[in-house]
This record gives sequence, C-alpha cells and structure tokens, in this order.
Amino acid sequence: MTPRRRLEIDHVSKRYGDVVALDDMTFDVAAGELFGFVGSNGAGKTTTMRIAIGVLAADSGAVRWDGRPIDLDVRRRIGYMPEERGLYPRMAVGDQLEYLARLHGLESGDARRAAERWTDRLGIGARRDDEVQKLSLGNQQRVQLAAALIHDPEILILDEPFSGLDPVAVDVMSEVLRERCAAGVPTIFSSHQLDLVERLCDRVGIVRDGAMVACGPVGELRAAGPAQLVVSAPAAPDGWADALAGVTTRGRENGRTILELAAGADDQTVLRAALATGPVHEFARRLPPLAELFRHVVSEETSA
Amino acid sequence: MSSRRIVALVAAREVRTRLRSRAFRITSAVLVAALVALIVVLDLTSGGSSAQTVGLTRPVAGLAEPLRDKAQAGGTEVRTRLVPNAALGERQVRDGDLDALVTGRPQDLRIVVKDDLGDSLRGMLTALAQQEALDRRIAALGGDPAEVTREVAGVRLDVAVLEPPPPHHDERLVIGMLVGILIYLALLTLGQLVAQGVVEEKTSRVVELLLSTIRAWQLMAGKVLGIGLVGLAQVALLLGTGVAAGLATGQLTLPASIAAGTLAWAIVWYLLGFFLYALLFAAAGALVSRQEDVGGVTMPLMLLIIAPYVIGISALPGDPDNAFVAWLSLIPPFAPMLMPMREAMGVVEPWELAVSVTATVALIAVLVRAAGRIYSNAVMRTGARVRLGDALRGA
Repeated sequence: MTPRRRLEIDHVSKRYGDVVALDDMTFDVAAGELFGFVGSNGAGKTTTMRIAIGVLAADSGAVRWDGRPIDLDVRRRIGYMPEERGLYPRMAVGDQLEYLARLHGLESGDARRAAERWTDRLGIGARRDDEVQKLSLGNQQRVQLAAALIHDPEILILDEPFSGLDPVAVDVMSEVLRERCAAGVPTIFSSHQLDLVERLCDRVGIVRDGAMVACGPVGELRAAGPAQLVVSAPAAPDGWADALAGVTTRGRENGRTILELAAGADDQTVLRAALATGPVHEFARRLPPLAELFRHVVSEETSA
Repeated sequence: MSSRRIVALVAAREVRTRLRSRAFRITSAVLVAALVALIVVLDLTSGGSSAQTVGLTRPVAGLAEPLRDKAQAGGTEVRTRLVPNAALGERQVRDGDLDALVTGRPQDLRIVVKDDLGDSLRGMLTALAQQEALDRRIAALGGDPAEVTREVAGVRLDVAVLEPPPPHHDERLVIGMLVGILIYLALLTLGQLVAQGVVEEKTSRVVELLLSTIRAWQLMAGKVLGIGLVGLAQVALLLGTGVAAGLATGQLTLPASIAAGTLAWAIVWYLLGFFLYALLFAAAGALVSRQEDVGGVTMPLMLLIIAPYVIGISALPGDPDNAFVAWLSLIPPFAPMLMPMREAMGVVEPWELAVSVTATVALIAVLVRAAGRIYSNAVMRTGARVRLGDALRGA
C-alpha cells in the first residue's frame, strides 16, 4: 500500500509581540481523514488554520502537503472557510461563487456549472440572483460553504463550519464533509460542538495555549482518559460515593450517578458501596465522552 | 494560473461592479449633460447670435448705414430699424424689442436704452457723433468731408508684436480649464472609489477568502486597473462629448492637429495621474477597516490633488505663462493636474513635458513597490487603524 498523502503542520510557532499564539504546533492529517480541531477560544485554532492556508505567515515551522511546502499552486486547490465569514455583500450569490471559482482556476463555463451545482445542493438555488446581503445569516453561511467547495478542493480547511447553522444545514454540512473525505480529501475543521466532532471525526486534536495537548483517533483518546462508571442506584443519597478512594462524582444524568475512576481505583469497591445504599439497577463502565476529556484537558490548564 | 490572468479576473469584476452600479451610471449621465449644457451656454453668450437691434427716428435715419458698417468692421452685427417716432421707439426699448433707440438730430444725438448702453454700441455711436461733428466742421472750413474720411480711413498702424499670443488663445484657455476640471474630478472621485473598494473588502472580511487564493498585490493591481479602465472610459466619453458639442455649436475651431494633441495629452495625464494616486489611495484604504475612516486617511491625498488644481485654475486663465505654475507642473504629484491644463493652453515646452512625464513615471515605479508593501502588510489587519510605519516595515 502506498503511503497516503498527508497535510503536515510541522512545529509551527507564532508570536504577536509578547503573546505566544502558537507554540510548536504539530500534527498531520492524512488524505481522506476528517480531523476535528477543538480547544477553548483563543487557544490557537484559527491562527493554525490561517497559517496552513497561507494568509498568515508563521515565525517558524512549516506546513507541507504531500511532503512539499504549500505554495500558491497548492493553496489554489484548498477549500477555505475563514472564521470571520466574508463575501461581497452587494454581489449576487451566483456571480460571487462564479468569480471565486474562476480565481481558483476554473474556466468560465465550469465555474457557472459549479456555482449552480453547489447552490442547488445546499438548498439556496432559488437565491442565486439575490445579493448576498439580502440572505439570512444561515443562508449566507451556506454560500460561504459553497465558496469553500466550489472548485472541488484537494484539501479542506474549515474554521467553525457548523456555527450558526440550523439542524438541517448541519446535516447537509456533515454529509458533504463525509462525502469529500470519502473522495480522499483531507479535512480539518474546528468546532465547539464536541458531540458533532465526536460523531464525525476520525481523529481529534485538542489545543491549549497554542500547543496540541491531545491528538489521536477519538476512540484512543477516550480510552486513554479516566474511565467512568454509570451507576443507577435510586435509593442512594447525594454524595454516596464521595468517601471512596480514587472516585470523583462527575454529576447525575437521568437519575444515574456518573463517577470518574482514577487509575488503579477498584470498581468493585464502588459496586459494594452502591449496593449498600439499596437496589442497583445499572452498573456500567464507559469511556469518557469527548466533552469530558476536553473539560479535563482545559481544567489541567487552569490548575497548572 | 498566471498572474496576468488573475489580475484580469479581479479587474473584470471591478469593471462589472462599477458599470452595474446605479450611482456610476447616474454620475456619468449628469457629467455628460453638464458638459453639453456648459458648451451650449458658452455658445449662447459669446458672439454668434449677439446681434443688437437699434431703432432710429427719421431725423437720424442717415446714421443707419454707417452704424452697420462700423459694426461689421468691428466684427459684430447691428441691425437697424426705422421707428415712426421717439415715443413708440421708447416703448420698444422698454419691451426689449430694441437694444437702443437713437433719436434727436445728427449733431445732437439722444440715445435711449433700457438699463445699459453696451460698450461696443457706445463706442460706435460716439464715433459716429464725432464723425458727424468733424464732417460739419470740415464742410464749414470749405473742405470735402468724404475725401477727408477716405484719407483717414487709409491710415494704418504698423504694430510690431513682440510676444504674440498663440492662435486661438481664448479657445485654448477654455479647453485648458475644462481639461483641468475633468482630470481633477476624475482623480478625486476615482481615488475615493479605490480606497472605498479596498475598505469594503476589509469590512466584509472577504479579503481573507480572496487572499487564501491570490496574492495581495494581484488583488490591489486588479482593483486599480479595473477602476482605472472604468475611469478611462468615463474620461474618454466626456472628452468625446466635449469635442462633439464643440463642433456642433461651432465653438471648437482649433486645427485638428492641435485638438488631437490636447486630447491625447489629457488622456496620458489622466492615466499617469490615476495610477499615481490610485496606488496611494489603495495603500491608504488598506490602513483602515471602516468606511467612516476612509475620509480621514485619504485627506492628505485629496489635498495633494486639490491644491495644484486650485492654483492652476486661479493663476492660469489670467497668466498662462505663470512661472510658479510652470515650475510646479514639473513635479510629479502636481503634474497630472497642471501639465494637461498648460498643454491645452499651448504654453508647454517639449522639454518640460519630457521632464514631467519621466519624473511621474519614475515616481509611479517607486509607488508600485511602496504601496504594494503597505497594502499587503495592512490589508489583513482589521480593527484599529494600522500605522503607516508599521505597514511599511511589516511589523
């Protein structure tokens, strides 16, 4: 099997005066892989993406596609959705997409057909002749996505593509992303909707303070996190598990207690403690959801 | 994809956007209409149909012919009409049917006008009255007035003109003013258009999307080129309209070679001026992120355009050879406004043209680099106004 082409972010650093925006950021995304990029606001996701697309210069480090630094030719084949949405407000949707397609190198006829195809696909075909500023924000967002996809990009870099979308649009967007991935396009997208990231992505990177703190397949990351116990013991009083060594109560979900087990803590002790309070209807071990992991990583930041 | 193709795509978008804009079409139409109106007014107020009608009562009817002859000799036209009596003539003067009524007796003329006896008519009538007195005196002395008149008419002055004004002096003066106004307006409005276009892309954030595909200088070059082409079309339209209206009204009498030279230089100076200022306006626009701030940041550039225009338009009509203006017109930032005015007036030496064109082209070459640098460094920075020094250094 030939090695898949990779988009590499290789030891990229960026400072703004005394502020470190990115500190040795390193990760890669293989062709056909959907990579979710998560982190608190200001962690460095947007800076990373801007450097990857080339609108911002890194102080050091490199961004490579298929082993070669990204040049203007490659950039033209990237689909990009900036965090700050931007389109010409007074230009018609169809004209605008056609123009952007042509800047990406499409011929006039192909550009028009691509604009028609994507506006139809994203449900805004009827608005093609309207000025962008006359569209609702959600529909402008769809135009923005169409702008990123118009030239059948080889790589996708999408900054918060799901923000501001209604559930139907989220489904369309998810479907499009999966489809592009299946076509072999490496895709990076950032999002605060962690359940969505968990559902969609092959791999996830969690960023904190400009550096990657956790990166890998979703399953692996979850497996590496602290295990959780879901216990349904209706008669148990609040705080029934607090005294147990290595056990932290994370909260309650639908009458069930969610406990986090420190490494080496014994789940059988917990079970006995639960039984001591009365009947136990459910007792399950599970991997922490991505949201828990994320909170975990971010709380380390504040305690450090 | 080649840079040329990208710049052409960007420029084509600019052209399409401007041509589709209502504001642009309305201003173009208004400018054309204003120019035509101006030339027509010029035509109505100068010569041509300015014939004056003078009424004469019977006792002075003999003056009718000499008056017409005098007018013709002076290059104007006077129509004469016999009126039955002074009272009727006065009423016609009051109604505006007559410009003046001449009554009384030949040796004792009385002129009736509504509000003012024009200088030319006053001069002619005075001369006639004096002639009449002279004739009477000559006759009284036993001479032949007609013979004396012939003899006097034969006297010629030998005038040696040391600095003859160029032919068509007045006409060229007017053309110079018009060309100056046209270029001034074009540079001012198109410069603003460039700055606003740059800021529009920053405000709407579309610039980040564009720069993910094309380079900053390609975007700037395309924008400047596109707006420059639209401006060129507008300037050519106005020049064409001016020539057509001038020919139609008979106001344009310049030999074709001079007229063509003036038009060609007007276009050359429009282009040089446009590129010089458009680059500066693009760089200035890139420094700010809101349309409200465009005025402040472009003010120094506006002054650079306004100042030489005001100096030229106030000094040149009275004194086309003004040495200070001639000197200013050699300096690049002022040349695009002043040179075409002076050229149209026919007071430019070839070496002056060569110096000013060379200097302007050289400055444009420097500005392409400097403005490109400022633009590239500043155009992605939104928020507070970017300081010029920071943009130049790229800090």
